[in-house]
Amino acid sequence: MGDPSTETKGYRGDMKLVTAIIKPHKVDDVKEALKAAGLRGMTVDEVKGFGRQGGKTEIYRGAEYVVDLLPKVRVETVVPDELADQVVELIVNAARTGKIGDGKVWITSVEKLIRIRTGEVGDDAV
Amino acid sequence: MIDTGDTAWMLIATGLVLFMTPGLAFFYGGMVRAKNVLGMLMQNFFAMGLMAILWVAIAFSLAFGNFGDGGVIGNLDFAWMRNITSDVGPEAFALTIPFVLFCAYQMTFAVITPALITGATADRFKFKAYAVFIALWLIVVYAPVAHWVFAGGWLAKLGALDFAGGAVVHINAGAAALAVILVLGRRHGWPREGMHPHSLPFTMLGTGILWFGWFGFNAGSALGSNGVAAQALMNTFLAASAGMLGWLIVEQIKEGKPTTLGAASGAVAGLVAITPCAGFVGGMSPIVIGLAAGVLCVLAIRLKFRFGYDDSLDVVGVHLVGGIIGGLLLGFFADADVNKLVTHEGVFLGGGFSLLWFQFVACAVTFAFSFVASFLLAKVIDRTIGLRVSEEDEAEGLDFSQHAETAYSYGSTGSMDRLN
Repeated sequence: MGDPSTETKGYRGDMKLVTAIIKPHKVDDVKEALKAAGLRGMTVDEVKGFGRQGGKTEIYRGAEYVVDLLPKVRVETVVPDELADQVVELIVNAARTGKIGDGKVWITSVEKLIRIRTGEVGDDAV
Repeated sequence: MIDTGDTAWMLIATGLVLFMTPGLAFFYGGMVRAKNVLGMLMQNFFAMGLMAILWVAIAFSLAFGNFGDGGVIGNLDFAWMRNITSDVGPEAFALTIPFVLFCAYQMTFAVITPALITGATADRFKFKAYAVFIALWLIVVYAPVAHWVFAGGWLAKLGALDFAGGAVVHINAGAAALAVILVLGRRHGWPREGMHPHSLPFTMLGTGILWFGWFGFNAGSALGSNGVAAQALMNTFLAASAGMLGWLIVEQIKEGKPTTLGAASGAVAGLVAITPCAGFVGGMSPIVIGLAAGVLCVLAIRLKFRFGYDDSLDVVGVHLVGGIIGGLLLGFFADADVNKLVTHEGVFLGGGFSLLWFQFVACAVTFAFSFVASFLLAKVIDRTIGLRVSEEDEAEGLDFSQHAETAYSYGSTGSMDRLN
């Protein structure tokens, strides 16, 4: 738990945040694919949104309602830089159904990563 | 003379009808958004408290005093439970059950009738204003109409029939609901925003309780354990079934999908329509009556979009319209073989059009009186303490704004924590 030096690995963009918006029923497939590949962390939450899918029309009591915010799931995982592209490909293959509304994946940089329990930083914290 | 069979049944029937009010609470409660469910439950449960006390204090006397006078109102002979004995009571009532039980049974009707209004006024009625409104409504609107119909008042003397309260309960509450929502105004966002049921399982459960309790409502109105009660029970059952099918068929044709909410609403529509007819009709007529209600009510609920009034949970479309359908169809199907009290039989039984005319008068007068009186009551309360919650309170939801409560606290972020 020493002083982090600016030359230590784990600073200045050596980790990536992979974010995926996927169909809710694909969460299990994505989770299993990532676990099978050896990844040990992910965060999942329920979101609503739309892309080019547009929405649906519901009928309630004889009146029509447009539902354009559809339920999706956001999966986030922080990975070492060199694994990012591989993880993206894993997610895309696991989450794809081929039908409209499959979602998107993107990569952003992580400036600093710390493990709360031990104080480890950078790659040791992944 | 007290008949133990009659009394045993009426003791149970009283419980069955009382159970309908919590049933109604969940029927409606499931249909509102989660932030308003406690508001709806509270209004219905509260009626069980306040209406019961006011009933024995004064309203029972105003409804059932001067029994058989052909008049417009009772008196104070029974106020504060005076003369409400456990023997069969005054001769005019011709009871075979304890008079106090008769009072208790009628009390369950007095509780649920104002509670019906809560469905139309959902999500925006200030609780204190609601409490004041139903207290006054019981005395000024419910008691007189009950007197005219149930206590041998002028509508009964005219020849109108209403076995269990198609007019006294459903047209009465439906007209009042329409009047109050015109004063209250529409919910913010209606009709553009979808305000969907947060728990249709609650609504279905509530429907089951209502169907079950309705056997007490209709068959219990025979005030005895006899053939008329049995006929009323069968009629009630069949009308609910037919009502459900009628509504579902229309949904399937119009929208391509039968819904659980439609099944629930259709059953209730059938039950409402059979209420005035229950102990006066027989054969397959309850199926016709239920079917008519199921089909016509699902069409009637669209009127609110046409005319722009926010009848949130379709009280007008189901109770007012259903009550009128049943009240008028009674003029076609009333059968003296089912009940000796039928002096003018229905059109289809060869009785001509007299009963149909009396029924029309009863429906029209009940509607007019209830609508006008309820409108005035609502206006007065609105001018004094205000009928409606503020815009912020409406957005926050009745549960928190009126009762400082949250219905569903699923979070695990520590005690008494709130995340919104």
